Amino acid sequence: MTDSVITAVPGEQTATEEAERAIDEKAYGFWVYLTSNAIIFALLCATFAVMSHNTAGGPDAQSLFRLPYTFAQTMLLLASSTTFGFASAAIAAGQRSRTLVWLNVTFLLGLGFVVMQISELYGMAAAGAGPWRSGFLSAFFTLVGTHGIHVSVGLLWIVLLGCEAHMRGLNPFVVSRLHRLGLFWRFLNIAWIGIFSVVYLPGIV
Amino acid sequence: MFGKLTIDALPLYSDIAVAGALITVFGALGVIALITWLGRWRYLWTEWLTSLDHKKIGIIYVTLALIMLVRGFIDAMMIRTQQAVALDSIGYLPRDHFDQILTSHATIMVFFVAMPFVVGLFNVVVPQQIGARDVAFPFMNSVCLWLTASGAALVMTSLVIGRYSTAGWAGYPPYSEVQFNPGVGVDYWLWAILASSVASMLTGINFLVTIVKRRATGMRLMMMPLFTWSALCTSILMVFAFPALIVAAALLGLDRYLGMHFFSHGDGGNTMNYINLFWMWGHPEVYILILPAFGVYSEVVATFSGRRLFGYESLVYATAALTVLSLIVWVHHFFTMGASQDVNAFFGRVAPLVAVPPGVMIFDWLFTMYRGRVQFSVPMLFTLGFIVTFVIGGMTGVLLAAAPADSPMQNTTFLAAHFHNIMIPGALFGYFAGYQYWFAKAFGFRLEEKWGRRAFWACIVGFYLAFVPLYVLGFMGMPARLDRYYAADWQPYLIVAELGGLLILCGISFLAIQLGVSIRDRAALSVPTGDPWNGRTLEWATASPPAAYNFAVVPHVNGTDAWWAIKQAGRAGHRPARFHDIIMREDSSAGVVIGATSFVFAFAMIWHIWWLAGLGGLGMFAAVLSQIFRNHAEHRIAASQVEAIENRRAMAPALAPGAPT
Repeated sequence: MTDSVITAVPGEQTATEEAERAIDEKAYGFWVYLTSNAIIFALLCATFAVMSHNTAGGPDAQSLFRLPYTFAQTMLLLASSTTFGFASAAIAAGQRSRTLVWLNVTFLLGLGFVVMQISELYGMAAAGAGPWRSGFLSAFFTLVGTHGIHVSVGLLWIVLLGCEAHMRGLNPFVVSRLHRLGLFWRFLNIAWIGIFSVVYLPGIV
Repeated sequence: MFGKLTIDALPLYSDIAVAGALITVFGALGVIALITWLGRWRYLWTEWLTSLDHKKIGIIYVTLALIMLVRGFIDAMMIRTQQAVALDSIGYLPRDHFDQILTSHATIMVFFVAMPFVVGLFNVVVPQQIGARDVAFPFMNSVCLWLTASGAALVMTSLVIGRYSTAGWAGYPPYSEVQFNPGVGVDYWLWAILASSVASMLTGINFLVTIVKRRATGMRLMMMPLFTWSALCTSILMVFAFPALIVAAALLGLDRYLGMHFFSHGDGGNTMNYINLFWMWGHPEVYILILPAFGVYSEVVATFSGRRLFGYESLVYATAALTVLSLIVWVHHFFTMGASQDVNAFFGRVAPLVAVPPGVMIFDWLFTMYRGRVQFSVPMLFTLGFIVTFVIGGMTGVLLAAAPADSPMQNTTFLAAHFHNIMIPGALFGYFAGYQYWFAKAFGFRLEEKWGRRAFWACIVGFYLAFVPLYVLGFMGMPARLDRYYAADWQPYLIVAELGGLLILCGISFLAIQLGVSIRDRAALSVPTGDPWNGRTLEWATASPPAAYNFAVVPHVNGTDAWWAIKQAGRAGHRPARFHDIIMREDSSAGVVIGATSFVFAFAMIWHIWWLAGLGGLGMFAAVLSQIFRNHAEHRIAASQVEAIENRRAMAPALAPGAPT
């Protein structure tokens, strides 16, 4: 028979402890959220793989994808991950202005990625290879577009958190939000590597 | 300006549809009038709609489930009645209307009865079972509640404005594509399940984090009550499975709204992919619905046998094994789709394995009762009814899991009977048992016994009468979902099934009477100790109804059945030397605003009113934004206040634990 006793928790529950626990739980919850988001990307990738040859007589991967263009795009995103790393280092050092500088650079690189993506998708749609053309193109636009929307949300998030860091300084709450933003941003990089390997490389090589 | 919305959206196509619309409208107006007459709007808003208290959120969830149960059950009776009369005739329902009812019955029962019931029980019970003061993310909890309510409201709205989907609850393409289903019905279905899925996925995250991070000091995983274990496993399934439904529904939506070709016939679409994606969610969903019921049975059996659970560890491992197995058997829902022999062989081998862990559980429950002092209370009756009836459902399931046997039986009423055998005595009886068991915890008075027993007997006899004929009809070759038929020898069975339905109607009415009688006699039924059943787990340590903070002092846990151990040690009701301040999350109206604006957004999308959809989306965004940058959304309950609340709690001596463990 096990034994349980009621013991009084020593000391008051302080606001600081509460805040620390909330931050810890949010980080953990965010990891769990990223798992479910990863499943969404995995299922979209699988759907693309199933439909990658369903061109219905329309253009196929070989004629649509340009490796140098996508490679440049990829480099922009990877570079933005590095600059976010610099921002993280600045956060750890408690340097607000340096953090903001690197966040700005990250934002610009990410914006470049999104702009390149929009221009690629727009160009394809204008040339008659829009998502309504074939199952292959539906799957392509949806997978790449979903990633692009996620990156755009990330950009909006950078702006909002940048403003907050500017106004409120690097308090523990802001730091924890920037930490979760960092997780999200790295996650989008990994997702893009997956997309690059599943969508673009097999289509061209 | 109003998109596709015109005066033709009113359901004037049949008298029965008009009646349904009028009942919905007058029901809603009646509730509004009643609240206004009682002058309770402010109370409702501050104490319930904007509350972030997990107990209150749980109670609203269960209330939503019970209301939607009535709607879903009316649909069921309309289906049964149509099939009982439609021999050589068109019956009383036009074909299109019959299909709508079939679709709404299933959608409502799965998404807006079973899911909210499960999540409601989690909310009321789980934090208290683990010695927590709240869930990890109280605000997200409120958002999930109101998103679910918004989905339910969409289904109800389709009764009045426009029509509901005729494509079945699974919405298989290509019939659910815009070429074959250009109306708003499929869109109502689509947005309702999207709202519900997002809410369920986030709820999974919330309870996963709550159970992992918020357990009382000393409570290791292998000390958690079985209901909490089932909640943990269910949460994992919600996080992993609901993305598949979100993807399936979103891709179908892209087909419908933007003319893409994911699931269309031709143009490179792949119909089968939808069916794969849908059941990747659909099979785990069965376990999302039934594992919590298993958790309830474990608690009920232990409490009402006066013994600790037999084979605690094997119950935990069985629950975990089901969690894993449920993710790898989805293809058995469509053996006849045309996948290769190897694929069917694999899934045909794995699927029957699912029957093993519940078998282990049933023996554990039986051995817990063996030589115990079994009290045949209402929750226990539902549990016993479950054990007997569920075995039949399990055996028919093994039959269907064999791919060769599945071929002749697929899409017959045999399948419908099997599924309902799992979902009614399996899942719903568990929710009813939990409702009867924990009602006293949530409200401070028990539910009356006599009407509870009557409800149980009506439900279980009604179940057998309603579904055994469907098993037989399945063997006779009757396809599921028929709106009319020409085989005279089917009709007697369908009339018996109708009688079974009427008996279940009695059961549901008795539950309503029970609630009314219990509220009337609440003084006599009150539970001043907070522990009416001589419970074993920690939720019975709090007051009934519990204070906002649940535990003035969080107990230290050293083993399973923590509350039983505290009582054994004679420490129940001990006052701590002094009280401390408690920090709780502040209430917020943003959750209910997000629910309302999501409804506006979805309604506008359904009717292609783009400007309104934009407004709804902006509203949601603004409400989220108003919350995410708040750093100090807590308020402090002063120690003196905690002491006052605890003093008011009637400290009657806890029941002396009599039976040996």
